Amino acid sequence: MHAIYEKPQTFIDKATHFCPGCGHGIVLRLIAEILDAWGIRGKTIGLAPVGCAVLAYNYLDIDMCEAAHGRPPAVATGIKRVHPDHVVFAYQGDGDLAAIGTAEIIHAANRGENITFIFVNNAVYGMTSGQMAPTTLLRQKTVTTPSGRDPINSGHPIRVCELLAVLDGSSYLERVSLSSPENIRKTKKAIEKGFKTQMEKKGFSLIEILSPCPIYWRMDANEAMRYIDEEMTRTFPLGVVKDWEQKN
Amino acid sequence: MKDSLPGGISIMKQLLTGNEAAAEAAIQAGCRYYYGYPITPQNELINYMSIRMPEVGGAFIQAESEIAAISMVHGSAAAGGRAMTSSSSPGISLKQEGISYLAGSELPCVIVNIQRGGPGLGDISASQADYFQAVKGGGHGDYHTIVLAPCSAQEMADLVYDAFDLADKYRNPVLILGDAQIGQLMEPVEFHKKPKKNLPAKSWALTGAEGRKKNVVKSFYPVKGQLEEFNAHLQKKYRTIEEHEARYEAINIHKADVILVAYGTSARICKEVVKKSQQYKFKVGMVRPVTLWPFPKEIIRKVSERVECILTVEMSAGQMVEDVKLAVEGRCPVHFYGRTGGGVPTSLEIIKKIVEIVPDNRAANTLLQLAEVK
Repeated sequence: MHAIYEKPQTFIDKATHFCPGCGHGIVLRLIAEILDAWGIRGKTIGLAPVGCAVLAYNYLDIDMCEAAHGRPPAVATGIKRVHPDHVVFAYQGDGDLAAIGTAEIIHAANRGENITFIFVNNAVYGMTSGQMAPTTLLRQKTVTTPSGRDPINSGHPIRVCELLAVLDGSSYLERVSLSSPENIRKTKKAIEKGFKTQMEKKGFSLIEILSPCPIYWRMDANEAMRYIDEEMTRTFPLGVVKDWEQKN
Repeated sequence: MKDSLPGGISIMKQLLTGNEAAAEAAIQAGCRYYYGYPITPQNELINYMSIRMPEVGGAFIQAESEIAAISMVHGSAAAGGRAMTSSSSPGISLKQEGISYLAGSELPCVIVNIQRGGPGLGDISASQADYFQAVKGGGHGDYHTIVLAPCSAQEMADLVYDAFDLADKYRNPVLILGDAQIGQLMEPVEFHKKPKKNLPAKSWALTGAEGRKKNVVKSFYPVKGQLEEFNAHLQKKYRTIEEHEARYEAINIHKADVILVAYGTSARICKEVVKKSQQYKFKVGMVRPVTLWPFPKEIIRKVSERVECILTVEMSAGQMVEDVKLAVEGRCPVHFYGRTGGGVPTSLEIIKKIVEIVPDNRAANTLLQLAEVK
């Protein structure tokens, strides 16, 4: 008999701190599956940011470094300079990557760092109780946009992939989602492509993953998946935004 | 090849600014990761590194910000490399976030602050107004960086070299606290190859977990009780550093009536006053802290038991003087003379201050003569 489904070895067998219906566990598991399948656990170093994702180092059985809020791209750069042939990835949320860490991500992309960024976009600050994120949709209600996000006071949702695409140093940018088994499979493929991009030293790669936060979206898990498909993707269309293998 | 000329003048000496001396010493100490951001008066350092790092196969990045530069240091230090950044006062303020994380993650690194005037944008001339920030922590949380204060380009080279060893020995950031004069003054510098110290292996470093348990470099302890335990460990380490690493230079302290306490550029001027006073009856001695943290409390306590008073001289409104007072604990009066905003104390100003604070006119007579000698 052969197993058709089992826990990846690189995924530590313990209860996570994530809320019910959260997407983080899925993404971390996908990373663990890839590290197992490719046999690269021992030459991979991950970055954990501030926010819901910080405890990623409790779940992945790999060397990991914590970074200050928004700084994973700079810390990862420092690690990659010491270990240029290792796989270095940063795992970041939307507040971390697209608000407080905007300068760091733009310049890491601009330098064409051979680092993969796993950008979990759930359009809200989860760890701190559901405030507006830079990617919060227009009219979306959060703790700090109680009447819905109004662009006059709070600006517009930031499309990170499109923003980074104009930089010559970015090589692979794709937006995926966790809203269905099919989309989760696409997410895994995108992460694989990101790792491949850096292993072949083709430069900066970022995978933006639309991920559910049912608790702070104030809906159940099913509704959250529908919200991704029907609402989020209208602002954040899925698909490849930039790919070094496809000459545009 | 002979390394000295007749008269013992070394031919190994180079004429360098303090900033360049810091950069070259770092390279010779094995630093291979340098990340910086331009700011006056430390630009000679980043400029030098941009040339030298590629020559030795190291990494040089002109970062997008001071925050990014210190974060890159965080990454390279976590990965086991010897890493450094440098800046000047406003830039060092920006780095405080990263320094707190480095201290909290127990990562070794070297940070150079070539102080300029503040607050705010201030000016670009020499200042010692970042003393509090340097020795009391600077960022958030209960932590200390080891703080070394060179007073010449040569000492800059020597202390930067030592800084990397101290950082590795204690897994702690080390701050070099210079100022615009120390950073930009050109002086002869000789780089002394030092014997390799027996430093602990970096078994905690992130190298990929091949064949071993994973390593995690972090400062987050969310489970109740863990953080207090970790802080107790940090404090224990700081007490060990205080016990073993305080350094100072003492000049003519045994016959002194008055002791000057000063570091860096201020100390150079105080040395002049001490030298001049030696031919007169009223004697001035000096304690120059080389480590500002740990502060050389013991020697200051000792001298305070037998002198009339102590005068602390700084290019600030009075910062180190608080630590001097804490060391003296009321055993003798502690006075202060300082200049701010780019002002540098002159030896005449210091002499006048001594005359003012010494109660009888023994000091006045000899010291005013002394001032005239000038």
